Amino acid sequence: MNRLASSWLQSQDENVTRIVTVIVLILGVLHHDFWWWNDHTLVLGFLPVGLAYHAFYSLGCGLVWWLVVTYAWPKDIEAFARSDSGT
Amino acid sequence: MIALSILVTYLGFLIGLGWFARRSFTGTAADYFVASHSIGPFLMLMSVFGTTMTAFALVGSTGEAYRTGIGVYGKMASWSGLVHSAVFFLVGIRVWALGRRHGYMTQCEFLRDRFQSNALGTLLFPILVLLVIPYLLIGLIGAGSVVRSLTVGALPTLFPGTQGGIPPYLGSGVVAVVVLSYVFFGGLRGATWANAFQTCVFMISGVVAFVVIAIKLGGPSAASQNALNSNPEKLIRGAAIPHLQFFTYLFVPLSVGMFPHLFQHWLTARDARAFRATVIWHPICIMVVWVPCVLIGIWATSATLDGALVVPANHPPNSELAIMVSKLTHPALAGFLGAGILAAIMSSLDSQFFCLGTMFTNDVVVYIYGKDRFDDSQKIKMARCFIVIVVCLTYGLTLLEPRRIFTLGVWCFSGFASLFPLIFAALYWRRATRAGAIASVLAAVSSWAVLFARANYGLTPDFLVMDMMPVTWMILASSATMFVVSLASLPLPPNHVDRFFIPEPGQGATS
Repeated sequence: MNRLASSWLQSQDENVTRIVTVIVLILGVLHHDFWWWNDHTLVLGFLPVGLAYHAFYSLGCGLVWWLVVTYAWPKDIEAFARSDSGT
Repeated sequence: MIALSILVTYLGFLIGLGWFARRSFTGTAADYFVASHSIGPFLMLMSVFGTTMTAFALVGSTGEAYRTGIGVYGKMASWSGLVHSAVFFLVGIRVWALGRRHGYMTQCEFLRDRFQSNALGTLLFPILVLLVIPYLLIGLIGAGSVVRSLTVGALPTLFPGTQGGIPPYLGSGVVAVVVLSYVFFGGLRGATWANAFQTCVFMISGVVAFVVIAIKLGGPSAASQNALNSNPEKLIRGAAIPHLQFFTYLFVPLSVGMFPHLFQHWLTARDARAFRATVIWHPICIMVVWVPCVLIGIWATSATLDGALVVPANHPPNSELAIMVSKLTHPALAGFLGAGILAAIMSSLDSQFFCLGTMFTNDVVVYIYGKDRFDDSQKIKMARCFIVIVVCLTYGLTLLEPRRIFTLGVWCFSGFASLFPLIFAALYWRRATRAGAIASVLAAVSSWAVLFARANYGLTPDFLVMDMMPVTWMILASSATMFVVSLASLPLPPNHVDRFFIPEPGQGATS
């Protein structure tokens, strides 16, 4: 039973990691905002739209990395770091 | 004179901070080189961010926006927000864990052990040193340029050749001595404290500079509208930036994975959780610093004062931000903002000087004579001597180097990025071999050297290969070489490789 639960939890972790990976890849694609390339519009009257998009993009990156840190954190890393080095 | 007095006071304060950090110094090599692995989330965020933001981020971004427009943000800043955090998450945390587990202090130590190859460490050491030195030059050149622009008119009888401003050779020299003093006495803990403090200073002063300059220009809308009317091409990317160039800038921020000074900062973390704030907040901190600088650069193309351009056409390179600050704000505020710009520059210089001292001590002297040959006190003395030598050497080079900060920076970052496949394979690919690692480094270096020569040794700005950034081809060459040569050579013993990978559930932590 324990093995089944452990296996289910592991598959949940893998799914979360896959979803987060896809989100990061989508963010990578969204970086290339060719649709604003030649647009002179000033957002809020002073921010060129190409710059405004990328400023919000940076905020989006912060949000995505929060998701990554929250749901795809490498749980075993701390124990690994403090374990015997085996040398 | 007011601005100069504030700058001098600020620099004096930093020397005091280094002296204060010395009081917390326990006297051990681990404390001097990696702050006894004691740095928590806030200091980690501030010191890593401060270290990655250089003169390149403030002075270079403003200058590049002045020259080519808003595209610089998408090329460098927003890619960095995604890629830097990815590297901190995927590489930084693992490096910390391995460093903590096996006691590494430098990249060469780790890679020598991982690939069981002394030759790899010996090959890599001079390459890393030669790549860090231009990075240091970027900082010192920027510092000299900023100090000169901010102090114009302060000492006209002493320095008539620079309109009374402190000449760059003197400004760079003073900044180098200040950084040297707090690194010398405080070790990496002193550098981390100074980094954190200076990061707060330059973030706050950057925002204040932006607000004050915007008000002086009639508000942000008027300033942007003026730029739109006079230089509309600066508000778009247009034909100035090819699509492939914009996309392939993606590879430049991978350089953080191989920065030796960042490697050392990662090792200072108290635990893995200390990385969380850095991963999340790094892109947002980048935005806070870069957006104002890019806007100031665009406004500088058309801003006028009493009918004349604020930034004259024949201004010295890398001085756009300092000129805007000094001409459009009160001298006292200009002094504080100048201190902020210097803070950004020095918060990188300290870590870089320090890492070179650490590398010379651990990768050369300790490596040759053995770990037991020297006690902690001798190692610290050696590191301090090396730091002094590196500072003097770099300062000497600043007197010869006239290239634009942005161009110099991109080549330097490209060199580090071309070595990224090495660290990534070391951490994630069990089948990577020592032959593959050495071949990958050679491929990175040779492709960098060929392309650098083709770019007229960095003097050709915006040098592209098939419309793509040269770093694309360097990474392709080093990755392909790592892959092919590793598969064609004998794998490392599995029980050795196991020491560097987190065991699967059911396996023990040790092998």
